[in-house]
Amino acid sequence: MRARFGFHGAGASLAILFLFPLLWSGYSSLKGQPGSGQSSGFGVGNYTKMAEYGEGLPTYLFNSVAVSAMTVAGTLVVSGLGGYAFARFSFPGKNLLFLTTLAILMVPYATILIPLYVLLGWLHLQNTLVGLSLVLIMFQLPFAVFMMRNSFEAVPKELEEAALVDGCTTFTALLRVLLHAVRPGLITVGLFAFLTAWNDFFAPLILINDAAKFTLPVATVSMQQRTFGAIDYGALEAGVVVMALQCLVLFLVLQRHYVRGFMSGALRG
Amino acid sequence: MSVTTAQSRAGTPAGRARDRRPAPRRPWWRSRGLAGWGYAMPTAVVVAVFFLLPLVMVFWMSLHRWPLLGDPTANFPDDYTRARDNQLFRDSVWFTLKYTAIITVLLSGAALGLALLVQERRRGTGFYRTAFFLPCAVGFASASLLFYGLFSNSIGPLDPMLRKLGVIDEPVAWTGTPNMALFSTIVLVLWRFAGFNMLILLTGLQGIPMEVYEAARVDGASRWATFRHITLPLLRPALALMLTLSVTGSLLAFDQFFILTQGGPDNSTMSMVMVIYREAFVRFDLGAAAALSVVVLAVLIVLNVVQLGVLRRRTRKENG
Repeated sequence: MRARFGFHGAGASLAILFLFPLLWSGYSSLKGQPGSGQSSGFGVGNYTKMAEYGEGLPTYLFNSVAVSAMTVAGTLVVSGLGGYAFARFSFPGKNLLFLTTLAILMVPYATILIPLYVLLGWLHLQNTLVGLSLVLIMFQLPFAVFMMRNSFEAVPKELEEAALVDGCTTFTALLRVLLHAVRPGLITVGLFAFLTAWNDFFAPLILINDAAKFTLPVATVSMQQRTFGAIDYGALEAGVVVMALQCLVLFLVLQRHYVRGFMSGALRG
Repeated sequence: MSVTTAQSRAGTPAGRARDRRPAPRRPWWRSRGLAGWGYAMPTAVVVAVFFLLPLVMVFWMSLHRWPLLGDPTANFPDDYTRARDNQLFRDSVWFTLKYTAIITVLLSGAALGLALLVQERRRGTGFYRTAFFLPCAVGFASASLLFYGLFSNSIGPLDPMLRKLGVIDEPVAWTGTPNMALFSTIVLVLWRFAGFNMLILLTGLQGIPMEVYEAARVDGASRWATFRHITLPLLRPALALMLTLSVTGSLLAFDQFFILTQGGPDNSTMSMVMVIYREAFVRFDLGAAAALSVVVLAVLIVLNVVQLGVLRRRTRKENG
């Protein structure tokens, strides 16, 4: 009895500590503050003010959605095919390629972004959302390829053999039979790719210079750092809510996939 | 080529079903090297163009004077001597190491405590786990902005709360002094990453078989002895993973200092990556930034290799 009380006492007070900042940002984004978009009482004044900042919220939302969509789609295609190759085929250089892909994790993100900036310039992709997405796909690959290889390895070989005997090529077997079997892995990879692309700050900060192409995080930080005079904290917290809300909802809905992917992908090998 | 392989296999249907089991030495997927390369090609292209090439370029760039606009010219070893003499970078190295040490200790402790608290399945654990993990769903840049407001004196809730409790008389400058700025950043990072690390440890904890605990209980082991001699050793792979991620992540810290403390006050919270960013995009000297990157890269690769080596030796010892 005392142990249970202690457990819930500790659990509940820690839960309050962890949830408090989230609840506070929602509260303060709606609360009025003299000199802000919402001068008194409660309302969406901070949101309307935030929506008018710079190029306007619709532009930044579009950029963020476009980058996230391209990153998720690209990561799924590349790691789906790659994971299949690593799980089911043997080809010269296989281990070398796999280890090189994993080595991306060992090389600090920040140190290769400077040459990537120059490289994208050579490819005429500097300052474009496509270039940014390609870089984000690359950073996603170690986890995604590892995860997809494990997913394909978990599928019984008999399933694929049956499809091949029935006249499928390896590619149609992949499309019609295997994709369905590795769907949980794909959802996990897609979820991680979305959260990274949507939230990443450093890569778009370096690779995008044109304010009309900023993603939401870069736009909101520039609202914080390039405002002259007093910072409008209400609008800032409104921006935080706009960025965070769908991530929280998405996580709560897909929590099972997130944790399962985590457990099967992160600790093996 | 995958078409012909499949057809030739389909062409001998009678022999296949019988042959397959007695001759497992040449599995059917062995002969498909070209198809394998086909499927691996997108991965290979992305890795080659966007990872290996930039990795070579960062060395190449560090041998040149490489302005943001204009043509590069060779100037080895100027970028490196300037890196050595760069006082801001030297300070940032020291600061980043200090920050990494503090964060790694506090984060491991917090994550272990949380994981032990919610490891058993009982009423409420699901909710607590979700609550602890939820901050990780928020992007790190958003979280830094959130705490920028939370620690502000204009709308921050902390000053009024502490004043009501009678702890303080006047507003606290949460990011006003070097120590307070570091403290506030640590609070932010603990809030954002404790749940993530807890999840890593929970995965490890769930891999420990119940029988081991039961055996210990039968033998009359105390709770502390059980923790010390069973839980901790069996948790080592998960702990190692957590430490690796935490050390690497902290050495590359950027968002939290760029947004929450903005490197201040008086450049006291400049991390290494912030100095690299400054060289490249404030002072437009990509060559110097590349040289600093090479230094950071070398340190991290050495660290990772050492960690991998230690891990592998331990695993081998446990297996043998």
